[in-house]
Amino acid sequence: MDLEYQLIIPEFVMAGLAVVIIAAALALRNVDQKWFGYATAIGLAVIAIVTAVAYWDTNDDFGTVLAVDHFTVLFRVFFLGIAFFTVLAAVQFAGDRLKNHAEFYGLIVFATLGMMLLAASRELLTAYLSLELLSFSFYILVGFNKLNPFSNEGSLKYMLLGAFSSALMLYGISLIYGVTGTTTYSAIGPDVVEGTRNIAEQLASFAGGSGGVDPDGARPGLLIGLVLITAGLGFKVSAVPFHQWTPDAYQGAPLPITAFLSAGGKAAAFAFFLRLFSEAFLPAAAEWVWFVAILAAVTMIVGNLMALQQTNFKRLMAYSSISQVGYLLVGIVALDAANISQSQDAASALVLHLIGYVTTNIAVFAAIIAFYNRTGRDDIVDLRGLAERQPFLAFAIAAALFSLAGMPLFAGFATKFIIFQAAFNNGFLWLGAIGVTASFVSLYYYLMVIKQMYLYEPEGSDRERFHVSRPLAGALVVLVAGVLFIGLYPTPLFDVIHSSTEGLFEQAAALSAAVMGQ
Amino acid sequence: MDAGEALLLLLLIPGAAMLLTILVPSRHANVVRWIALIATTATLIDSIWIFAVYDFAQGGYQFDLQYPWIENIGFLGENGISLHLAVDGIAAPMVLLNGLVGFAGVLVSWKITHRVKDFFILFMALFTGVYGVYIGQDLFFWFFAYELAVLPMYLLIVIWGSTNKEYGAMKLTMVLVGGSVLIFVGIFAVFAEAGAGTFDMAVLRDIEFGRGFANTFFPFFMIGCGVLAGLFPFHTWSPDGHVAAPTAVSMLHAGVLMKLGAFGIIRLGMEILPAGTDFWMPVLLVLGGVAAVYGAISAIHQTDLKFVIGYSSVSHMGFVLMGLGTMNNIGVNGAVLQMFSHGVMTALFFAMVGGLYDQAHTRDIRVFGGLVRKMPLFVIFFGIAGLTSLGLPGLSGFVAEFHIFVGTIDTFPLFAALGILSAALTAIYVLRLMGRAALGPFNPRWENLKDLSRWEIAAAIVLIAPIIAMGIWPDPFIDRIAPTVAELPNIDQIGGLFTLSSLTGR
Repeated sequence: MDLEYQLIIPEFVMAGLAVVIIAAALALRNVDQKWFGYATAIGLAVIAIVTAVAYWDTNDDFGTVLAVDHFTVLFRVFFLGIAFFTVLAAVQFAGDRLKNHAEFYGLIVFATLGMMLLAASRELLTAYLSLELLSFSFYILVGFNKLNPFSNEGSLKYMLLGAFSSALMLYGISLIYGVTGTTTYSAIGPDVVEGTRNIAEQLASFAGGSGGVDPDGARPGLLIGLVLITAGLGFKVSAVPFHQWTPDAYQGAPLPITAFLSAGGKAAAFAFFLRLFSEAFLPAAAEWVWFVAILAAVTMIVGNLMALQQTNFKRLMAYSSISQVGYLLVGIVALDAANISQSQDAASALVLHLIGYVTTNIAVFAAIIAFYNRTGRDDIVDLRGLAERQPFLAFAIAAALFSLAGMPLFAGFATKFIIFQAAFNNGFLWLGAIGVTASFVSLYYYLMVIKQMYLYEPEGSDRERFHVSRPLAGALVVLVAGVLFIGLYPTPLFDVIHSSTEGLFEQAAALSAAVMGQ
Repeated sequence: MDAGEALLLLLLIPGAAMLLTILVPSRHANVVRWIALIATTATLIDSIWIFAVYDFAQGGYQFDLQYPWIENIGFLGENGISLHLAVDGIAAPMVLLNGLVGFAGVLVSWKITHRVKDFFILFMALFTGVYGVYIGQDLFFWFFAYELAVLPMYLLIVIWGSTNKEYGAMKLTMVLVGGSVLIFVGIFAVFAEAGAGTFDMAVLRDIEFGRGFANTFFPFFMIGCGVLAGLFPFHTWSPDGHVAAPTAVSMLHAGVLMKLGAFGIIRLGMEILPAGTDFWMPVLLVLGGVAAVYGAISAIHQTDLKFVIGYSSVSHMGFVLMGLGTMNNIGVNGAVLQMFSHGVMTALFFAMVGGLYDQAHTRDIRVFGGLVRKMPLFVIFFGIAGLTSLGLPGLSGFVAEFHIFVGTIDTFPLFAALGILSAALTAIYVLRLMGRAALGPFNPRWENLKDLSRWEIAAAIVLIAPIIAMGIWPDPFIDRIAPTVAELPNIDQIGGLFTLSSLTGR
């Protein structure tokens, strides 16, 4: 078989970049460490631009395991962008508070590589390996501040639960393989159509102990496998009730890693989620949609209610990101096996919300990193009087939090509007209503943060105005502008996304056409 | 008329002023103030022009302007989401109202010295949002503007407010955003049910929604918007919020923002889901009547000047909701007139109270007395607002309330009596207030009070002019409102003694 290696050059270059950065640090001992950060950022930016230009019109498969289509390229650029802004925001932070910078940046690059492969995977084991590459990089990065016990605790919890969830997922994959005899998405899809046609009957005969084993094999295994994979993914995206590790990992991790985890980690898991469920499991949508709907509802409710009680900003953002996962899951729920165009709308809405959320979240964290660089504190009350001390940071945080709450002018309004509308169109009125109500609750705790910044005077010994380092301020300006742009004119972005999600449903469209033809 | 760019200017001018203000360094407070004044002057002129040029003989929606924003993608069809602007005979006076109150609001805010730049940025955002609601013809942007009008309130109250401001601001924001959750859900449901792939109201208005659907979702709009209009029993945010807010924000809020609620009931409820009106409008009428009486009784008990006016707003907005609830041409006509009349009147009230409070640092009615000796202009202007409030013939309040009562007598005579009772109660608290604070024995503690500043006088004159104009010559308003109201779906046309012509003399 001829493999077209040129399709995955960006991934090779990424691996090379990581190795070069780490190796260079061994060779260049006298160089100021921050240059490794800037070098990484420049490398990521170059790769992102070249990838976007060179691969945009590509639509090809690398064997049966990776697809390089619009969806892949969009997410490649997206992940590289996330990593770029994370690194840029991290340079000063790492210089002040961390050791072994080159390894730090190298691991970020490795994690990004995992994300890129995950979005491209069309085969369960490849996806699993990519996910593990991503997760292992994150386990180390969360615990990178090794002298801080919180960092250690967060890392350990994350690793133990992550290993557990990986095991669940692997077991699910093995069941799927056992039933269908394949691990490629494209082959699972048709089998799922066969398998679910009379799945209820088979379950009944299975439970009845009639002993009549289905000649096709035990199809209920498919459903169980699906549930296990969903649970495993639930851990990775931190959906309730699989979210327990999130607040501790978020609080313990060095701030830039918290940002990266909440943005990149989630985005990658959702890219996987979306591709898997639309290419492989879409025909069985009727079987899993209720399960995911309940997961989404519980995640939105619990995430928001827990966030109400937080006093630490990182923990607040952890619960806020959990609730955002709930909104994103609404997009999965809106996938509809019988209506391909509705499914594509849902997928596009999900990706749009994902990009809006990630941009906003990185903006919040970049601002908080700038604040932390100066003060070394991250409780909500520490933000008191920020509007006096550093008006731009206060504005950036306020704008981003309003965006997360889904207020107009900012990204959250437009993207939530579209994702909830997708759920409504698929008949999930109640889920959309819960979503809207949940984001109303979220406004309260975001306002509590904004109140601290704007209502009170600065407290404590350090009340001076302060400056934000230039690269960080520049990154922040770009991010806030992005949040406003997506909020005011998402049309071009939505167009790009919509063209990229088309490929996900080619097979489902063909299948449903075939079913219609019978 | 086809000059929709005039409507676009209503959004662009304050939007541009906001951006310009962001670029001005915060130490140049006067530059910021002048930018705001020039912008609001321009929008006022534009608003007057739109009001004047609106062709009432032709009626309907005019100044139509539509730019697609997202279309033909996913579930969105042609004009899926578009920037669609237009005014009808109901929106035209509301646009004028916003122009007037915004302009006066900038004048009375001249004396603000704390974070001037931030104040005017938020003020302009609020101001733009209100215009967007009045002229928006697309549900997405309508809701966008609606939220934009509510959101800056929080910061405006928290930073520049007084008296229990944290509580007032949070309560106001949460209650209003809670109401908009209902609107949000209602909009989604209407879009999904219509299946037209567009949020354009002009298209949705032509779709007939089933009675069951309309009855289910009408209350989402009625209560969701009604919350902002002080609908009983969701009105409690209003006095707290008004008291806590700084003067100009109280003016805009009571004067214009509360009208958005009533306006939303017309736009979303009565126009898009007319099948729901049969069942729900009587409910609205009853709740409005209760609010009218309840607000008036509460106002009598208050000792804080702003609380008096806050509750009086609840009472007067009760009249508006009563008028809408009648669902006949005269009652709804009266409701729209009252929206305008109450808007300018209450803005005048708050402007005057602000002028007094900034000097006296108290608003307790009991400690004032004989203010007329020190502040004659204040007393005159305040008195005009008070007399408008109690419905003195010759001022705008009379015209509006008369229509509402006539309309109500035709459908619910009992509630007309209730309405008239609450007008009488209004007389009690207004006259008591005047007698106590303005007249009466002079309290020497206020020896050092000065009369209004020239900015406040200018603001007051801008607001009093339409009160008197509408009181003695309501025709320009009724000419525009009545044909539009008559075209609303499901409106009863009352004939006989109470025909429109008998009221307007035509």
